[in-house]
Amino acid sequence: MTIADVPERFRVASSRRENEDTWTVELEPVGRQGLDFAPGQFTMLYAFGAGEVPISVSGDPRRPGTLVHTVRAVGAATRAVCAVREGDELGVRGPFGRGWPIGDADDLDVVLVAGGLGLAPLRSVVYAVLAERERYRRLVLLYGGRTPDQLLYRDELAAWSGRDDVEVRLIVDAADQTWHGQVGVVPAVVDRAELDGGGAIAMVCGPEVMMRYAVEALVTAGLPAERVFLSMERNMRCAVGHCGHCQWGPSFVCRDGPVYSWSEAEPWFGIREL
Amino acid sequence: MKSIADLLAEVPTFVGLSEGHRELIAGCGQNVIFKRSEYVFREGEPANTFFAIRRGSVALELSAPSTLVIETLHAGDVLGWSWLFAPYRIRTDARAMEEVHAIAFDGACLREKCEADHDLGYELMKRFAQIITARMQATRLRLLDVYGAPVAEPRS
Repeated sequence: MTIADVPERFRVASSRRENEDTWTVELEPVGRQGLDFAPGQFTMLYAFGAGEVPISVSGDPRRPGTLVHTVRAVGAATRAVCAVREGDELGVRGPFGRGWPIGDADDLDVVLVAGGLGLAPLRSVVYAVLAERERYRRLVLLYGGRTPDQLLYRDELAAWSGRDDVEVRLIVDAADQTWHGQVGVVPAVVDRAELDGGGAIAMVCGPEVMMRYAVEALVTAGLPAERVFLSMERNMRCAVGHCGHCQWGPSFVCRDGPVYSWSEAEPWFGIREL
Repeated sequence: MKSIADLLAEVPTFVGLSEGHRELIAGCGQNVIFKRSEYVFREGEPANTFFAIRRGSVALELSAPSTLVIETLHAGDVLGWSWLFAPYRIRTDARAMEEVHAIAFDGACLREKCEADHDLGYELMKRFAQIITARMQATRLRLLDVYGAPVAEPRS
Protein backbone atom coordinates (compact mmCIF):
# COMPACT_ATOMS: atom_id res chain seq x y z
CA MET A 1 0.00 0.00 0.00
CA THR A 2 1.23 3.49 -0.85
CA ILE A 3 0.92 6.44 1.52
CA ALA A 4 0.08 9.02 -1.13
CA ASP A 5 -1.22 12.19 0.48
CA VAL A 6 -0.37 12.75 4.12
CA PRO A 7 2.95 11.64 5.61
CA GLU A 8 2.77 8.91 8.23
CA ARG A 9 5.06 8.68 11.23
CA PHE A 10 8.13 6.45 11.14
CA ARG A 11 10.58 6.09 14.00
CA VAL A 12 14.35 6.07 13.54
CA ALA A 13 15.70 2.65 14.50
CA SER A 14 19.29 3.51 13.67
CA SER A 15 21.46 6.04 11.92
CA ARG A 16 24.91 5.29 10.57
CA ARG A 17 27.40 7.68 9.05
CA GLU A 18 28.67 6.47 5.66
CA ASN A 19 31.14 9.26 4.90
CA GLU A 20 31.66 12.96 5.62
CA ASP A 21 28.19 14.09 4.47
CA THR A 22 26.10 10.94 4.00
CA TRP A 23 24.10 8.89 6.50
CA THR A 24 22.01 5.71 6.29
CA VAL A 25 18.88 5.75 8.42
CA GLU A 26 16.64 2.80 9.23
CA LEU A 27 13.01 3.62 9.91
CA GLU A 28 10.22 1.57 11.42
CA PRO A 29 6.54 2.40 11.07
CA VAL A 30 4.62 3.76 14.05
CA GLY A 31 1.25 2.06 14.44
CA ARG A 32 1.04 0.60 10.96
CA GLN A 33 2.50 -2.18 8.85
CA GLY A 34 5.71 -1.78 6.92
CA LEU A 35 5.87 -0.59 3.33
CA ASP A 36 6.25 -3.06 0.48
CA PHE A 37 8.50 -1.52 -2.13
CA ALA A 38 10.22 -2.44 -5.35
CA PRO A 39 13.95 -1.75 -5.73
CA GLY A 40 14.37 1.61 -7.46
CA GLN A 41 11.28 3.22 -5.96
CA PHE A 42 11.53 6.27 -3.70
CA THR A 43 9.69 7.80 -0.79
CA MET A 44 9.13 11.39 0.26
CA LEU A 45 10.87 11.85 3.59
CA TYR A 46 9.49 14.67 5.72
CA ALA A 47 11.74 16.19 8.36
CA PHE A 48 9.19 18.00 10.49
CA GLY A 49 9.71 21.73 10.31
CA ALA A 50 12.46 21.47 7.69
CA GLY A 51 10.87 20.09 4.54
CA GLU A 52 10.17 17.06 2.39
CA VAL A 53 12.62 15.40 0.00
CA PRO A 54 12.49 12.45 -2.42
CA ILE A 55 14.92 9.70 -1.39
CA SER A 56 15.44 6.29 -3.01
CA VAL A 57 14.83 3.22 -0.92
CA SER A 58 18.11 1.40 -0.37
CA GLY A 59 17.07 -1.49 1.85
CA ASP A 60 16.10 -5.10 1.39
CA PRO A 61 12.73 -5.55 -0.35
CA ARG A 62 12.19 -8.76 1.66
CA ARG A 63 12.20 -6.71 4.85
CA PRO A 64 9.34 -4.25 4.34
CA GLY A 65 9.15 -3.66 8.07
CA THR A 66 12.36 -1.65 7.90
CA LEU A 67 12.61 1.29 5.55
CA VAL A 68 16.23 2.12 4.74
CA HIS A 69 17.41 5.36 3.16
CA THR A 70 20.87 6.68 2.45
CA VAL A 71 20.82 10.47 2.45
CA ARG A 72 23.39 13.10 1.59
CA ALA A 73 23.17 16.37 3.50
CA VAL A 74 22.92 19.05 0.85
CA GLY A 75 20.10 21.33 2.06
CA ALA A 76 17.85 22.12 5.00
CA ALA A 77 15.63 19.02 4.76
CA THR A 78 18.40 16.51 4.04
CA ARG A 79 20.58 18.00 6.78
CA ALA A 80 17.66 17.53 9.19
CA VAL A 81 17.22 13.90 8.06
CA CYS A 82 20.93 13.23 8.46
CA ALA A 83 20.86 14.69 11.96
CA VAL A 84 18.20 12.30 13.31
CA ARG A 85 18.97 9.99 16.20
CA GLU A 86 17.48 6.72 17.33
CA GLY A 87 13.92 7.30 18.52
CA ASP A 88 13.34 10.48 16.50
CA GLU A 89 10.48 10.50 14.03
CA LEU A 90 10.19 11.38 10.35
CA GLY A 91 7.17 11.57 8.07
CA VAL A 92 7.01 9.21 5.11
CA ARG A 93 4.94 9.13 1.94
CA GLY A 94 5.36 6.45 -0.68
CA PRO A 95 6.75 4.32 -2.09
CA PHE A 96 6.45 5.98 -5.47
CA GLY A 97 7.55 5.52 -9.05
CA ARG A 98 8.65 2.78 -11.37
CA GLY A 99 11.54 0.68 -10.09
CA TRP A 100 14.26 -1.42 -11.68
CA PRO A 101 13.07 -4.17 -14.09
CA ILE A 102 14.29 -7.12 -12.02
CA GLY A 103 11.46 -9.24 -13.40
CA ASP A 104 13.01 -8.96 -16.86
CA ALA A 105 16.45 -10.10 -15.72
CA ASP A 106 15.84 -13.86 -15.52
CA ASP A 107 18.62 -15.89 -17.16
CA LEU A 108 20.58 -12.74 -17.95
CA ASP A 109 23.78 -11.26 -16.58
CA VAL A 110 22.80 -8.47 -14.21
CA VAL A 111 25.18 -5.53 -14.56
CA LEU A 112 24.89 -2.74 -12.00
CA VAL A 113 26.80 0.47 -12.66
CA ALA A 114 26.80 2.96 -9.81
CA GLY A 115 28.52 6.25 -9.11
CA GLY A 116 28.71 7.95 -5.72
CA LEU A 117 25.35 8.00 -3.95
CA GLY A 118 23.91 6.10 -6.93
CA LEU A 119 24.77 2.84 -5.22
CA ALA A 120 21.91 3.41 -2.75
CA PRO A 121 18.98 2.48 -5.05
CA LEU A 122 21.04 -0.31 -6.61
CA ARG A 123 21.81 -1.93 -3.27
CA SER A 124 18.18 -3.08 -3.17
CA VAL A 125 18.76 -4.83 -6.49
CA VAL A 126 21.79 -6.64 -5.08
CA TYR A 127 19.67 -7.89 -2.16
CA ALA A 128 16.90 -9.01 -4.51
CA VAL A 129 19.28 -10.84 -6.87
CA LEU A 130 21.17 -12.54 -4.04
CA ALA A 131 17.87 -13.71 -2.53
CA GLU A 132 17.09 -15.67 -5.70
CA ARG A 133 20.58 -16.05 -7.10
CA GLU A 134 19.76 -19.06 -9.28
CA ARG A 135 17.40 -17.00 -11.45
CA TYR A 136 20.23 -14.92 -12.88
CA ARG A 137 23.61 -15.47 -14.50
CA ARG A 138 26.52 -13.17 -13.59
CA LEU A 139 25.99 -10.43 -11.05
CA VAL A 140 28.43 -7.65 -11.84
CA LEU A 141 28.66 -4.53 -9.68
CA LEU A 142 30.76 -1.69 -11.07
CA TYR A 143 31.02 1.16 -8.58
CA GLY A 144 32.86 4.44 -8.82
CA GLY A 145 33.46 7.18 -6.28
CA ARG A 146 35.56 10.23 -5.65
CA THR A 147 37.98 8.67 -3.17
CA PRO A 148 38.09 5.32 -1.33
CA ASP A 149 36.79 6.78 1.93
CA GLN A 150 33.73 8.21 0.18
CA LEU A 151 32.49 4.86 -1.10
CA LEU A 152 29.23 3.73 0.50
CA TYR A 153 28.54 0.44 2.30
CA ARG A 154 32.21 -0.53 2.50
CA ASP A 155 31.58 -3.54 4.75
CA GLU A 156 29.01 -4.95 2.36
CA LEU A 157 31.21 -4.24 -0.66
CA ALA A 158 33.93 -6.29 1.03
CA ALA A 159 31.48 -9.10 1.79
CA TRP A 160 30.13 -9.17 -1.77
CA SER A 161 33.68 -9.09 -3.16
CA GLY A 162 34.42 -12.24 -1.18
CA ARG A 163 31.62 -14.22 -2.79
CA ASP A 164 32.19 -16.44 -5.80
CA ASP A 165 28.90 -15.45 -7.39
CA VAL A 166 29.34 -11.67 -7.33
CA GLU A 167 31.88 -9.67 -9.33
CA VAL A 168 32.65 -6.33 -7.69
CA ARG A 169 34.89 -3.79 -9.38
CA LEU A 170 35.57 -0.51 -7.63
CA ILE A 171 37.13 2.56 -9.17
CA VAL A 172 37.87 5.97 -7.69
CA ASP A 173 38.86 9.32 -9.17
CA ALA A 174 42.01 9.54 -7.06
CA ALA A 175 43.68 7.66 -4.22
CA ASP A 176 46.83 7.36 -2.21
CA GLN A 177 49.16 4.38 -2.36
CA THR A 178 47.22 2.37 0.23
CA TRP A 179 44.36 1.82 -2.25
CA HIS A 180 44.71 -1.44 -4.17
CA GLY A 181 41.73 -0.99 -6.47
CA GLN A 182 41.41 0.81 -9.75
CA VAL A 183 41.83 4.54 -10.29
CA GLY A 184 40.06 6.15 -13.21
CA VAL A 185 36.50 6.65 -14.39
CA VAL A 186 33.49 4.31 -14.37
CA PRO A 187 33.38 3.77 -18.16
CA ALA A 188 36.86 2.26 -17.89
CA VAL A 189 35.59 -0.51 -15.59
CA VAL A 190 32.65 -1.11 -17.92
CA ASP A 191 35.15 -1.61 -20.74
CA ARG A 192 37.18 -4.07 -18.65
CA ALA A 193 34.24 -6.11 -17.35
CA GLU A 194 34.13 -8.37 -20.46
CA LEU A 195 30.37 -8.13 -20.72
CA ASP A 196 28.25 -10.37 -22.88
CA GLY A 197 26.12 -7.60 -24.32
CA GLY A 198 23.62 -9.95 -25.91
CA GLY A 199 22.92 -11.74 -22.63
CA ALA A 200 22.99 -8.91 -20.12
CA ILE A 201 20.74 -6.30 -18.59
CA ALA A 202 22.24 -3.16 -17.07
CA MET A 203 21.00 -0.78 -14.40
CA VAL A 204 22.82 2.53 -14.01
CA CYS A 205 22.56 5.14 -11.29
CA GLY A 206 24.77 8.12 -10.52
CA PRO A 207 25.44 11.68 -11.60
CA GLU A 208 24.05 12.32 -15.08
CA VAL A 209 27.44 12.95 -16.64
CA MET A 210 28.68 9.61 -15.33
CA MET A 211 25.54 7.86 -16.56
CA ARG A 212 25.98 9.35 -20.03
CA TYR A 213 29.46 7.86 -20.41
CA ALA A 214 28.54 4.61 -18.67
CA VAL A 215 25.57 4.05 -20.98
CA GLU A 216 27.79 4.77 -23.98
CA ALA A 217 30.26 2.12 -22.78
CA LEU A 218 27.45 -0.39 -22.16
CA VAL A 219 25.95 0.13 -25.61
CA THR A 220 29.43 -0.17 -27.14
CA ALA A 221 29.76 -3.49 -25.25
CA GLY A 222 26.73 -4.69 -27.17
CA LEU A 223 23.84 -4.17 -24.74
CA PRO A 224 20.67 -3.16 -26.58
CA ALA A 225 19.18 0.20 -25.58
CA GLU A 226 16.02 -1.46 -24.31
CA ARG A 227 18.05 -3.49 -21.77
CA VAL A 228 19.98 -0.55 -20.35
CA PHE A 229 18.14 1.25 -17.55
CA LEU A 230 18.96 4.39 -15.65
CA SER A 231 17.45 6.22 -12.71
CA MET A 232 16.79 9.91 -13.32
CA GLU A 233 16.84 12.60 -10.67
CA ARG A 234 14.58 15.61 -11.07
CA ASN A 235 12.85 18.15 -8.87
CA MET A 236 10.16 15.87 -7.43
CA ARG A 237 7.64 17.53 -5.10
CA CYS A 238 4.16 15.97 -5.06
CA ALA A 239 5.49 12.51 -6.11
CA VAL A 240 2.15 11.58 -7.71
CA GLY A 241 2.36 13.32 -11.09
CA HIS A 242 0.15 16.30 -10.27
CA CYS A 243 2.35 19.31 -9.67
CA GLY A 244 4.50 19.06 -12.82
CA HIS A 245 7.79 20.08 -11.20
CA CYS A 246 9.55 16.92 -12.34
CA GLN A 247 8.28 16.91 -15.91
CA TRP A 248 10.91 15.52 -18.23
CA GLY A 249 9.99 15.47 -21.87
CA PRO A 250 6.56 13.87 -22.08
CA SER A 251 6.80 12.20 -18.68
CA PHE A 252 6.79 12.96 -14.98
CA VAL A 253 9.83 11.43 -13.34
CA CYS A 254 7.98 10.81 -10.05
CA ARG A 255 5.22 8.83 -11.71
CA ASP A 256 6.68 7.41 -14.97
CA GLY A 257 10.23 7.07 -13.63
CA PRO A 258 12.57 7.42 -11.93
CA VAL A 259 13.78 4.35 -13.83
CA TYR A 260 13.75 4.57 -17.62
CA SER A 261 15.19 2.37 -20.30
CA TRP A 262 17.81 4.03 -22.46
CA SER A 263 15.50 3.60 -25.47
CA GLU A 264 12.95 5.74 -23.60
CA ALA A 265 15.41 8.24 -22.18
CA GLU A 266 17.77 8.82 -25.09
CA PRO A 267 15.60 11.36 -26.99
CA TRP A 268 15.43 13.59 -23.90
CA PHE A 269 18.73 12.89 -22.22
CA GLY A 270 20.85 15.17 -24.36
CA ILE A 271 18.48 18.16 -24.42
CA ARG A 272 20.07 20.80 -22.21
CA GLU A 273 16.90 22.67 -21.32
CA LEU A 274 15.17 19.60 -19.87
CA MET B 1 55.98 -20.47 -26.21
CA LYS B 2 54.43 -17.46 -27.92
CA SER B 3 56.64 -15.05 -29.80
CA ILE B 4 56.56 -11.31 -29.12
CA ALA B 5 54.69 -10.87 -32.43
CA ASP B 6 52.05 -13.39 -31.29
CA LEU B 7 51.68 -11.63 -27.95
CA LEU B 8 51.46 -8.28 -29.71
CA ALA B 9 48.48 -9.50 -31.73
CA GLU B 10 46.57 -10.00 -28.46
CA VAL B 11 47.05 -6.39 -27.30
CA PRO B 12 43.92 -4.40 -28.25
CA THR B 13 45.94 -1.35 -29.30
CA PHE B 14 47.77 -3.36 -31.94
CA VAL B 15 44.90 -5.46 -33.29
CA GLY B 16 44.55 -5.03 -37.04
CA LEU B 17 48.16 -4.20 -37.78
CA SER B 18 49.63 -5.91 -40.83
CA GLU B 19 51.87 -8.87 -40.11
CA GLY B 20 54.83 -6.95 -41.47
CA HIS B 21 54.29 -4.01 -39.15
CA ARG B 22 53.70 -6.36 -36.23
CA GLU B 23 57.04 -8.04 -36.94
CA LEU B 24 58.76 -4.66 -37.13
CA ILE B 25 57.36 -3.60 -33.76
CA ALA B 26 58.00 -7.00 -32.21
CA GLY B 27 61.63 -6.65 -33.24
CA CYS B 28 61.92 -3.81 -30.71
CA GLY B 29 60.19 -5.73 -27.89
CA GLN B 30 61.21 -8.04 -25.06
CA ASN B 31 59.39 -9.68 -22.14
CA VAL B 32 59.94 -8.05 -18.75
CA ILE B 33 58.73 -8.64 -15.20
CA PHE B 34 58.42 -6.06 -12.42
CA LYS B 35 58.11 -7.01 -8.78
CA ARG B 36 55.38 -5.54 -6.62
CA SER B 37 56.15 -1.89 -5.71
CA GLU B 38 58.99 -1.71 -8.24
CA TYR B 39 58.97 1.40 -10.40
CA VAL B 40 58.52 0.79 -14.12
CA PHE B 41 59.66 4.35 -14.80
CA ARG B 42 59.99 7.67 -12.98
CA GLU B 43 58.91 11.18 -13.85
CA GLY B 44 61.58 13.14 -15.72
CA GLU B 45 63.42 10.16 -17.16
CA PRO B 46 63.99 10.00 -20.92
CA ALA B 47 60.96 8.38 -22.56
CA ASN B 48 62.53 5.72 -24.70
CA THR B 49 60.36 2.76 -23.71
CA PHE B 50 56.69 1.86 -23.62
CA PHE B 51 54.99 -1.27 -22.31
CA ALA B 52 52.11 -3.56 -23.18
CA ILE B 53 50.84 -4.96 -19.87
CA ARG B 54 50.16 -8.70 -20.06
CA ARG B 55 49.44 -9.40 -16.40
CA GLY B 56 49.12 -7.29 -13.26
CA SER B 57 48.35 -3.64 -12.59
CA VAL B 58 50.41 -0.46 -12.70
CA ALA B 59 49.69 2.78 -10.82
CA LEU B 60 50.50 6.11 -12.45
CA GLU B 61 51.53 8.48 -9.69
CA LEU B 62 52.33 12.12 -9.14
CA SER B 63 54.08 13.46 -6.07
CA ALA B 64 53.09 16.97 -5.09
CA PRO B 65 54.51 16.47 -2.44
CA SER B 66 52.36 13.60 -1.15
CA THR B 67 51.94 10.79 -3.65
CA LEU B 68 48.64 10.58 -5.49
CA VAL B 69 47.59 7.71 -7.74
CA ILE B 70 46.02 9.36 -10.76
CA GLU B 71 45.23 6.28 -12.84
CA THR B 72 45.71 2.55 -12.83
CA LEU B 73 46.46 0.46 -15.90
CA HIS B 74 45.79 -3.24 -16.27
CA ALA B 75 46.28 -6.28 -18.50
CA GLY B 76 45.71 -5.31 -22.12
CA ASP B 77 46.58 -1.65 -21.55
CA VAL B 78 49.53 0.17 -23.07
CA LEU B 79 51.71 2.08 -20.64
CA GLY B 80 53.63 5.11 -21.90
CA TRP B 81 53.13 7.39 -24.86
CA SER B 82 55.77 10.08 -24.26
CA TRP B 83 58.28 8.08 -26.34
CA LEU B 84 56.39 9.19 -29.47
CA PHE B 85 56.31 12.93 -28.80
CA ALA B 86 59.09 15.43 -28.22
CA PRO B 87 60.68 16.19 -25.80
CA TYR B 88 60.48 12.42 -25.04
CA ARG B 89 60.31 12.83 -21.26
CA ILE B 90 58.31 10.71 -18.80
CA ARG B 91 55.49 12.72 -17.18
CA THR B 92 54.52 10.51 -14.22
CA ASP B 93 55.87 7.74 -12.05
CA ALA B 94 54.64 4.23 -12.87
CA ARG B 95 54.68 1.68 -10.03
CA ALA B 96 53.84 -2.01 -10.18
CA MET B 97 50.89 -2.63 -7.79
CA GLU B 98 51.58 -6.36 -7.93
CA GLU B 99 53.90 -8.53 -9.99
CA VAL B 100 53.60 -7.23 -13.54
CA HIS B 101 54.38 -9.10 -16.73
CA ALA B 102 54.76 -6.87 -19.75
CA ILE B 103 56.37 -6.48 -23.12
CA ALA B 104 58.83 -3.58 -23.14
CA PHE B 105 59.35 -1.84 -26.47
CA ASP B 106 62.36 0.22 -27.39
CA GLY B 107 60.69 3.48 -28.39
CA ALA B 108 63.88 5.06 -29.68
CA CYS B 109 64.33 2.12 -32.06
CA LEU B 110 60.68 2.37 -33.12
CA ARG B 111 60.94 6.11 -33.77
CA GLU B 112 63.69 5.37 -36.28
CA LYS B 113 61.56 2.69 -37.92
CA CYS B 114 58.63 5.12 -38.12
CA GLU B 115 60.84 7.70 -39.85
CA ALA B 116 61.92 5.09 -42.37
CA ASP B 117 58.40 3.68 -42.87
CA HIS B 118 55.76 6.40 -42.66
CA ASP B 119 52.94 3.87 -43.04
CA LEU B 120 54.11 2.27 -39.80
CA GLY B 121 54.46 5.72 -38.24
CA TYR B 122 50.89 6.63 -39.24
CA GLU B 123 49.50 3.36 -37.87
CA LEU B 124 51.25 3.88 -34.55
CA MET B 125 50.28 7.55 -34.41
CA LYS B 126 46.61 6.65 -34.92
CA ARG B 127 46.71 4.04 -32.19
CA PHE B 128 48.54 6.17 -29.65
CA ALA B 129 46.29 9.13 -30.44
CA GLN B 130 43.38 6.91 -29.37
CA ILE B 131 45.10 6.15 -26.08
CA ILE B 132 45.78 9.85 -25.46
CA THR B 133 42.20 10.78 -26.42
CA ALA B 134 40.76 8.22 -24.00
CA ARG B 135 43.01 9.47 -21.19
CA MET B 136 42.09 13.09 -21.94
CA GLN B 137 38.36 12.23 -21.86
CA ALA B 138 38.80 10.45 -18.56
CA THR B 139 40.72 13.42 -17.17
CA ARG B 140 37.96 15.81 -18.27
CA LEU B 141 35.35 13.63 -16.63
CA ARG B 142 37.28 13.66 -13.39
CA LEU B 143 37.81 17.42 -13.59
CA LEU B 144 34.02 17.75 -13.45
CA ASP B 145 34.19 16.18 -9.99
CA VAL B 146 30.75 14.67 -10.57
CA TYR B 147 30.65 12.95 -7.18
CA GLY B 148 31.66 16.05 -5.31
CA ALA B 149 28.96 18.40 -6.57
CA PRO B 150 25.62 17.27 -5.13
CA VAL B 151 22.33 18.13 -6.76
CA ALA B 152 20.58 20.65 -4.53
CA GLU B 153 17.43 19.40 -2.86
CA PRO B 154 14.14 20.89 -4.06
CA ARG B 155 13.11 24.09 -2.33
CA SER B 156 10.04 23.65 -0.17
